[in-house]
Amino acid sequence: MTRLVQSSPQTDAYLADCDRLVTARSATEPSWLRNLRRKGIEHFADAGFPTTRDEEWKFTSIAPIADRHFAPAHDGQSGLTTDRVESWAGALGGYRLVLVNGAYAPQFSVGGLPAGVHVSSLRSILATNPAAVEPYLGRFAPPDRQAFTALNTGFLQDGAFVWIPPGTIIDQPISLLFVSASPETASVSHPRVLIVAGDRSQVRIVEGYVGPPGQEYFTNAVTEVVVGSGAVVDHYKLQRESQRACHIGSMYVHGTRDSTFSSHSIAFGGALVRNDIIAVLDGEGGDYTLNGLYLVDGRRLIDNHTTIDHAKPHCGSHEMYKGILSGHARAVFNGKIIVRPDAQKTDAKQTNKALLLSDDAQINTKPQLEIFANDVKCTHGAAVGQLDEDAIFYLRARGLDLQQARDMLIHAFAGDVLNRIRIEPLRKSLEEHLLSELPAAGGPANQQ
Amino acid sequence: MTMLEIHNLHVRVGGKPILQGIDLCVNAGEVHAIMGPNGSGKSTLARALSGHPDYQVTEGEVSYEGRDLLAMDPEERARDGVFMAFQYPVEIPGVNNAYFLKAALNAIRTHRGQEELDAIEFMALMREKSTLLEIDPSMLTRSVNEGFSGGEKKRNEIFQMAVLEPKLAILDETDSGLDIDALKLVANGVNAMRSPERAIIVVTHYQRLLDYIVPDVVHVLSGGRIVKSGDRALALELEDKGYGWLEPEAAAAAPAAKA
Ligand SMILES: Nc1ncnc2c1ncn2[C@@H]1O[C@H](COP(=O)(O)OP(=O)(O)OP(=O)(O)O)[C@@H](O)[C@H]1O
Ligand SMILES: [Mg+2]
Repeated sequence: MTRLVQSSPQTDAYLADCDRLVTARSATEPSWLRNLRRKGIEHFADAGFPTTRDEEWKFTSIAPIADRHFAPAHDGQSGLTTDRVESWAGALGGYRLVLVNGAYAPQFSVGGLPAGVHVSSLRSILATNPAAVEPYLGRFAPPDRQAFTALNTGFLQDGAFVWIPPGTIIDQPISLLFVSASPETASVSHPRVLIVAGDRSQVRIVEGYVGPPGQEYFTNAVTEVVVGSGAVVDHYKLQRESQRACHIGSMYVHGTRDSTFSSHSIAFGGALVRNDIIAVLDGEGGDYTLNGLYLVDGRRLIDNHTTIDHAKPHCGSHEMYKGILSGHARAVFNGKIIVRPDAQKTDAKQTNKALLLSDDAQINTKPQLEIFANDVKCTHGAAVGQLDEDAIFYLRARGLDLQQARDMLIHAFAGDVLNRIRIEPLRKSLEEHLLSELPAAGGPANQQ
Repeated sequence: MTMLEIHNLHVRVGGKPILQGIDLCVNAGEVHAIMGPNGSGKSTLARALSGHPDYQVTEGEVSYEGRDLLAMDPEERARDGVFMAFQYPVEIPGVNNAYFLKAALNAIRTHRGQEELDAIEFMALMREKSTLLEIDPSMLTRSVNEGFSGGEKKRNEIFQMAVLEPKLAILDETDSGLDIDALKLVANGVNAMRSPERAIIVVTHYQRLLDYIVPDVVHVLSGGRIVKSGDRALALELEDKGYGWLEPEAAAAAPAAKA
């Protein structure tokens, strides 16, 4: 790993950091991993950070990430208490794996697992049984296509690995909690998650990203989900990073015959947030649901890019993203649906709605349908609006105060997404969190 | 005892003067009917009394139980016992009817210094009141007014009134869109609430409703003013002759219209 393209001062520092990582680890890691890593960092070196001239990043300037250097996060010395981690994790039951600054933190990890189910840090499986992950790692998240995924691959060293054996049904959720906490320096972690759900297995997975309020850091996460035939995977991503953090998260989902996958992407935190979901329906009879809810205020920005790739016939996809914007917040939604020539009888539905609580909030929303088959049903709809003043008056005329009325309407707006969350304590805590985070009535968001 | 006293009320909507000096006095225990042609300002009066922010009072006073009603927020009015049944109840997707009504009732009870009702007590109350108005229980679990027929919306308004037990109820065209059976149900619901402590203002186009809810006083609103008041017989006369015969009086009573 000597080839370092001196492309720009922005990328140089990352290349140097990566070089150090490679030197430190090359003795112990398998060659396929070294190759994967090299592909990633080379692509990053060639392509550099995306700019707004790039169609995929048109509305999202990543200058807050590119214009400074985030040092690799160090494990330990985080000063975290168990109470703190517990409060972030919530009482969801089930098994919990915690990583701090991208590294496994056994002291915060709890719970038991059913026989045969494997959940561990990625680092430990790479050390003990790399053959278990080799067929999957980097296969659905190509190291050479998207800059941040490439960067993550270049720095790939730890994260989480979940393996559900065929036919296994787990009713308790598996939580993967990624904590960023490095008060001294603005640092970056590149957590990597690999979830392999065997044929006919069923599992609920909660991926959480958190950090102490006010801390500046950068999380660059990549998740790969492999859904076996007849498997049912219910995936929750809760992004509650510090309001000054940058979060780039890319999830790659690959499902074979009769696979059912639902994603619930809840984003409350972060100063600059970009979520990509690339979901491929690569077997007949697949059914995917992508739901999202984000809450963004101040001068924060949240960008959700989703791609649903219908590669085989007789698959359905349902997508519903909802955003609540206030202050000077900005949001981007780009929903791409590809229907390949083979994928007849596709039934795809996409809905995107945004609620603007202030005049200065702004959303750019774009459906992007690329349909190459003729016998398909594809619908999409987008709506951007304010709270219904008539509804507010109606509620007030019945005795609710302005705050209650607004909360009730916002809660109803978010309900389409929150009501589909099947982990009861999680749904409850998100509802409470939503209401506590809403801008107060009579505040700037309410001025006419 | 005087419950509501309106003096020289002027109201503008969207910059346009609509009410041009309303005087009205309603005592506890009374039922007043307000009739008048389309666009005469009946709903404007109802909305101004319930505190709609778009309805700007430019002149006049309203006292409710001796307090300055116009100084109160809409929710304060509601909590103090003012209720308006909307002419066009708004649909609120995603807000469960029963959940909403429980929140409203408890806001009002808390304001009155009463304990909040728990889920069981509330359900019992809902059952009692919905039976009275023959409300289908499924309506309670649906979103507020969403997908309700015109008649169901009106019945839902009266149902809410029955649950919230206001002191002053203003019913804005609650009879329109109701078939005769529904009209009787609604009238029964309203009559069941008549009491010496309560006043009811019924806004309607049709004498028909007044066969079932018999008013003490009938007012005719035209051109933003009350041009005539009388007893029940006035309603029958209006039914017979329409509003045309009142026009000269209206014109005489109104100040010269400004462009
Ligand atoms: N929000 C508004 N903006 C502008 N004009 C309005 C508004 N609301 C009402 N108006 C006007 O005020 C006048 C009175 O309307 P209002 O609704 O009070 O009449 P009404 O007597 O209730 O009529 P109807 O019998 O049709 O219900 C009408 O000319 C109407 O167009
Ligand atoms: Mg009207």
